[in-house]
Amino acid sequence: MSAQNSPAKSMRTPLARVRSLPVIVIVLMLIGSNQAGAKLILGSLPIAIILLLFIVASAWHMKIGMQVVIEDYVHNEKLKLAGIMANNFFSFAVALASIYALLKLSSGV
Amino acid sequence: MTARIERPLSPHLQTYRWTLTMALSIVHRVTGMALYFGTLLLAWWLIAAASGPGAYANVQAFTASTIGRLIVFGYTWALMHHMLSGIRHFVWDLGYGFKPNEREALTWGALIGGVSLTVLVWIAAYAIGGGR
Repeated sequence: MSAQNSPAKSMRTPLARVRSLPVIVIVLMLIGSNQAGAKLILGSLPIAIILLLFIVASAWHMKIGMQVVIEDYVHNEKLKLAGIMANNFFSFAVALASIYALLKLSSGV
Repeated sequence: MTARIERPLSPHLQTYRWTLTMALSIVHRVTGMALYFGTLLLAWWLIAAASGPGAYANVQAFTASTIGRLIVFGYTWALMHHMLSGIRHFVWDLGYGFKPNEREALTWGALIGGVSLTVLVWIAAYAIGGGR
């Protein structure tokens, strides 16, 4: 029950636990704006960096969180392995696609 | 084949009286799973913004539809709840909040706080968007 007995590795870092708040603000900022307006805001340096941090932290959280769930409920070894591989792929793909989109918005191409 | 050993079985979930912390532990997992797949929505939105006006208009048409709005509302609640519930776990990781009244208070706090924050965010969203 003491801090010494708590799990050695936590799924989150303290800051990552509230990382969704700035993102909510950014999404609220974009309500009612068209693509040109969205591009302007999403492509601005501080917003892009906040979103990139959010995506990297979230994707990692998704990967390790879903892996724990798979290991808890999938007992067939082959299915478990397939699930973990699919999880790695999904988390990585979502992150990479989002990062690419953000970099494209920032570069003005 | 070795003979099957009859080991005592540990009682499973249905044996225990339901407690708030048990129920919210499951809610934490379920919201986590929902958020996992919900990131597709975030990725779609960012890709659409990077693609052009047509793709972005598709996302806006989806989020303006009843089903789209319900999904985004659910996503907001899952995010707010999972965040507050995660802070609760962080308090426990630090070794605090294990007394019965403390853990109940933390758990009620996450539950009520998650709903309250969701409503606040949507009030703000409608105020900014003028009902859009």
